[in-house]
Amino acid sequence: MVDHILEAHHLTKQEAQIPPEDWFEANETLQKLRKHKKFPTIWCSGCGLGVVMGALIRAIDHLGLDNDQVALVAGIGCTARMPVYMDFNTLHTTHGRALAFATGLKIARPDMKVIAIMGDGDALAIGGNHFIHAARRNIGITALVVNNSIYGMTGGQYSPTTPVGMRATTAPYGNVEPPFPICDLAMAAGASYVARSTAFHALELDKYLSEAIANDGFSLVEAVSYCHTTYGRINKLGTAADMMRALKDTSIPKASYDKLSPEEQQANTKIVRGVLQRKNRPEYTQIYNLLVEQQTQREEIRPRNTGRR
Amino acid sequence: MTIKLMQGNEAIAQGAIAAGCRFYAGYPITPSTEVAEVMSRELPKVGGKFIQMEDEIASMAAIIGGRVGGLKSMTATSGPGFSLMQENLGYAAMAEIPCVIVNVQRLGPSTGQPTAASQGDVMQARWGTHGDHPIIALSPISVAQSFDLTVKAFNLSEKYRTPVILLTDEIIGHMREPIELPDFNSVEKFEQVVTESPETYKPYSNNGDVPPMAAFGRGYRYHITGLFHDEVGFPTQRLDEVEPWLERVNGKFERNADDILLYETDYQPGARTAVLSYGASARTARHAVKQMRARGEKVNLFTALTIWPFPETAVEALADSVERIIVPEMNLGQLALEVERMAGRRKVVRVNRANGEMVTPDMIIAAAEA
Repeated sequence: MVDHILEAHHLTKQEAQIPPEDWFEANETLQKLRKHKKFPTIWCSGCGLGVVMGALIRAIDHLGLDNDQVALVAGIGCTARMPVYMDFNTLHTTHGRALAFATGLKIARPDMKVIAIMGDGDALAIGGNHFIHAARRNIGITALVVNNSIYGMTGGQYSPTTPVGMRATTAPYGNVEPPFPICDLAMAAGASYVARSTAFHALELDKYLSEAIANDGFSLVEAVSYCHTTYGRINKLGTAADMMRALKDTSIPKASYDKLSPEEQQANTKIVRGVLQRKNRPEYTQIYNLLVEQQTQREEIRPRNTGRR
Repeated sequence: MTIKLMQGNEAIAQGAIAAGCRFYAGYPITPSTEVAEVMSRELPKVGGKFIQMEDEIASMAAIIGGRVGGLKSMTATSGPGFSLMQENLGYAAMAEIPCVIVNVQRLGPSTGQPTAASQGDVMQARWGTHGDHPIIALSPISVAQSFDLTVKAFNLSEKYRTPVILLTDEIIGHMREPIELPDFNSVEKFEQVVTESPETYKPYSNNGDVPPMAAFGRGYRYHITGLFHDEVGFPTQRLDEVEPWLERVNGKFERNADDILLYETDYQPGARTAVLSYGASARTARHAVKQMRARGEKVNLFTALTIWPFPETAVEALADSVERIIVPEMNLGQLALEVERMAGRRKVVRVNRANGEMVTPDMIIAAAEA
């Protein structure tokens, strides 16, 4: 057991030896899970989603947020099943629409922390329009996009983030479509916090998710993961452990990337991990609430005549 | 009490605010846009929120999210937008989230005739989303009723935890009539109240017709999903959990029919002909019946305000008392199918116009004489 990992989990060496069925009682962070209700998860064993869920739980715990003040909103897909396992206000919606539901919820409850959890297909194909508009408004929602480059739940069809040339059940001769760079899209659309890490770098994810949730405006965290069951098998990428290891080998920290020469940066094919954008932009519900305050005050001075102009 | 001259669409917006609506999400579309314009102007004055979303799919999603957050919510649209809202409308029915959807009907299919009136979305209002589901649709025939039925739509949606469709049309929506606006504080409003503690709260309890709905962020942490779910909201495939839910949800309107089914009857003893209509066509029907009665004929008039669920018992009773029922509609015969279902051996005469023009009184009178 590596000490700093135990520390990040708030676990002692002794606690780490506790059999899994007793973890919930043994650990405060894990109290944020719905213990007896829906475990085990629907995810394949070896999936990166469990790691990402762990990072999210720790990030919320780290911020000291009350469970009642957090809402998790998800669409449809493997990733979107995440909220069912966590003890917050959880809204499992329709495919692609998590951010649209989350927008209504955030407007109704600006005081709550609203986190939208999506996969790459959910967020960027069917939900692409909501994604760019939520970023444009800079509404106070944290979008967690777990990118595994494939539609996993339906059995491995190519997604808007499948790299060119890679195979999928609907791209049997290799994908001919160029992928979306998720973070670039969010940055261009106006997100005030954008960061990327991978399912291998769990502690980095903790940190970025904490910062994202603490940010007032629209935040995007891309968690690069993998699907060994569909994408890995069809592309002969090995086991879950192989794919997890590949996340380590094929990514570099932003600090290292920044030190590369322009030519080297141009040639870089590795995943750049780090905080990619911080922008100080006004948050949507705060601006709208100012407008509401002005109008209600004006109405108090000038007695209301329904509909009279 | 203020008397004002206003459009049906404006009356809907005023009715929504009177009913306690404090969140509106929508997307511009003719002929419904005035509802959004008035809501954007009036909501902030009462502490409410308005947002123009990126499309109608998002609008429908946002109002569900808004209601989950505790604000009574509404959207308004017309044909093409109504089509886009169907998936999330089904979600609201499935997850039992109260909300009001205004559909100011225009001529379809497709882009059709955006400025022409129609009653072509009657069946879409009932079956537009996939799967069996309960739904309520109300159809006003005047500006004053646009206000009243909007209030009713909110109260029914809250009381029965259901999406309610206000199925109006371009004629009623754009027509200006005088309306007496009540003091909004005196308008009766149904409010959801949860008395159980978070520990014992079951958001989808099958004990009774409608479990109370707790808003997010008030200590009741639970799961809402469009999947089949158990009494505490978690996905389930167990038949012993699914079947009581199916029975409760699809029967909740039938068991409260007296509260939900609104209609107006104007019957004459001995009448052998009846005219049954709704929405803009009901105005033509009234005029035609008046003319027929002036000529000494006896005619029954039935105006359906609740379109869905269909007022089966009342229409069955009407059918028993007459020989034929004339059903004028601005479509190719949609509600007539329901009337035929209830009419038994009585004749149902369809009077249809689906070109954007109103059914005329003469068309109804000619049908009565045929």
